[in-house]
Amino acid sequence: MLWNTLLLALRSIRRNLMRSFLTVLGIVIGVAAVITMVTLGKGATRSVTEQIASMGSNLVIVMPGQRFGPGAVPGAPFKNADAEAVRSQIAGARLVAPIVTQGATAVYQANNWSTVVTGSSDDYFEVGNWEIAAGRGFTEAEERAGKAVCVIGETVREKLFGRLHNPVGSEIRIRQFACEVIGLLKAKGQSSMGADQDDIVVMPLRTVQRRMSGSQDVSRLSISVKDSASIDAVKVQLAELLRERRKLDENEDDDFRVMDTRQIAETLTATTRILTMLLGAVAAVSLLVGGIGIMNIMLVSVTERTREIGIRLAIGALEREVLLQFLIEAVVLSSLGGLVGIALATAASIGLSSLMSLPYLFDPGINLLSFLFSAAIGVVFGYFPARRAAGLNPIDALRHE
Amino acid sequence: MSQAAALIQFSGITKTYGRGQAAFQALKGIDLTVQAGDFVAVMGPSGSGKSTAMNILGCLDTPSGGSYLFEGVRVETLSRNDRALLRRHYLGFVFQGFNLLARTTALENVELPLIYRGEPRAARHAAARAALAQVGLAGWEHHTPAELSGGQQQRVAIARAIVTRPHVLLADEPTGNLDTRTSEEIMDLIVSLNRDQGITVLMVTHEPDMAAFARRVVRFVDGRVESDASNGEAG
Ligand SMILES: Nc1ncnc2c1ncn2[C@@H]1O[C@H](COP(=O)(O)OP(=O)(O)OP(=O)(O)O)[C@@H](O)[C@H]1O
Ligand SMILES: [Mg+2]
Repeated sequence: MLWNTLLLALRSIRRNLMRSFLTVLGIVIGVAAVITMVTLGKGATRSVTEQIASMGSNLVIVMPGQRFGPGAVPGAPFKNADAEAVRSQIAGARLVAPIVTQGATAVYQANNWSTVVTGSSDDYFEVGNWEIAAGRGFTEAEERAGKAVCVIGETVREKLFGRLHNPVGSEIRIRQFACEVIGLLKAKGQSSMGADQDDIVVMPLRTVQRRMSGSQDVSRLSISVKDSASIDAVKVQLAELLRERRKLDENEDDDFRVMDTRQIAETLTATTRILTMLLGAVAAVSLLVGGIGIMNIMLVSVTERTREIGIRLAIGALEREVLLQFLIEAVVLSSLGGLVGIALATAASIGLSSLMSLPYLFDPGINLLSFLFSAAIGVVFGYFPARRAAGLNPIDALRHE
Repeated sequence: MSQAAALIQFSGITKTYGRGQAAFQALKGIDLTVQAGDFVAVMGPSGSGKSTAMNILGCLDTPSGGSYLFEGVRVETLSRNDRALLRRHYLGFVFQGFNLLARTTALENVELPLIYRGEPRAARHAAARAALAQVGLAGWEHHTPAELSGGQQQRVAIARAIVTRPHVLLADEPTGNLDTRTSEEIMDLIVSLNRDQGITVLMVTHEPDMAAFARRVVRFVDGRVESDASNGEAG
């Protein structure tokens, strides 16, 4: 019975090709939209969480200048002494990394690579959530003496040494001086803005100031706050201290900015949340449209189907055979739609993720859920009208108008 | 002929449509006995209950009262499923409006009852082709109803009704939608089915010309049998 009924169901699908196609299409669109949206939403969330994690927590960044609005205040750079003052006077500051950056070309043998050299202290690695994959960070002696040592990022390693070579102990040339590679940073990958975080060379602050920038300027301070201290309190203290050191009058605005990662994280998380909700709403609408489309097709064909069921009953089909046929038909169509939808969604998610530089995360849960949902839609709209008709007297089904 | 041998026996069959104020009694107590091998024409004015009676005979509908014996089986005691099986194994129905599956080839339409009977594919195809050949449609197996004339569609419907070798062929105005020439071809076919294969035929018709093919004419008036006579005596 099952085999014959399957045959009848397949014949019916073939016979009503347009109806079958539209049913499948409705499900494909709904399923593909839901899976793609949810996958992209998850990718965006992951990307934001990763970025926040890679910035390190409890981080406060102080930069000279106020960049709000048209009357942007440039603000003088900080000095080494500012970093010392913060270190000694702000009780809530755990680590302080003064940072200065310089563009430069790094050369090793025949290879050269244009990168950014960051001058800072050994604390830089911990504050910035960097792990040292090989070698070591700076010693206090190296920092004090401004020795020509450096720790390089994965991209710089790859460009200068190739994939397999261990760079620790080698010498590279930066501008006119030779610099010993003492450490290699563990790769972080792209930031969510698309910048390559691993394109980096780190040296002691004094080395960069003496040999490259030629001044005592510090372009920003990265400060990690003690767990026990309040970030807001530290920010207020920082602002007071810096205003005092920069001799700002009471009626003058700050000529520097104090930001914390929590602020950045909150903004980013809120944005992704809104984005994910928006995507979800769009997906829900498309699912609804798909469902209404299927319902429409099925309702339009109810008269024809009822008469067809009447014919089948009249020539001796059992009610359960008719129902099984329609059930198989509905399940085959909606499963087909579900599978095509999943395939389409996978392709679209991978494509869109790479386009938006988001990580692609296959989510079996949403795939399964959409598949089951599509099967349910097919069964509800395909099977239930049939069930009513199959319960009629054959003659009433035949007479249906 | 003994009563026990009767193929079909209607006793006091009534049928009421609707309920309460709107109730309408379409059959007011029909007594009718049909022996195996007979060819009965059912005539009568429009609305006299001919179709209603045929649908009950064909187990497509249930009576409101009375008793229906089919080969000695009390049909009104059967379950829905058993009535379906009765239709499947013993009855063939031909409708005025053909009632073929649309966009389905003649062959597939004709083999449909055999699929429900669970016949294997090869036997099914052979039987369906033979039935189509019998109604003069050899070579038309792969045409869909839309590609066939009215007369050809009715032949497909007859082939579908007889492919299972039913005991009874019930035809409700089988030529009602066809012109005279085509009608006579269909009648010749039905007559030969009755004469050569011994299929019992009950046929509703409005046309005395068509009723003339039958051996017996039952006349309905207002939900009752008004007259029941062998052809010739009917006048
Ligand atoms: N489904 C129904 N619901 C209500 N009344 C019905 C129904 N079917 C038939 N009737 C009524 O029952 C009566 C008998 O109908 P039936 O179709 O049996 O007549 P008939 O003799 O076949 O007529 P015709 O020659 O026009 O086909 C009619 O008055 C009709 O209006
Ligand atoms: Mg009628």
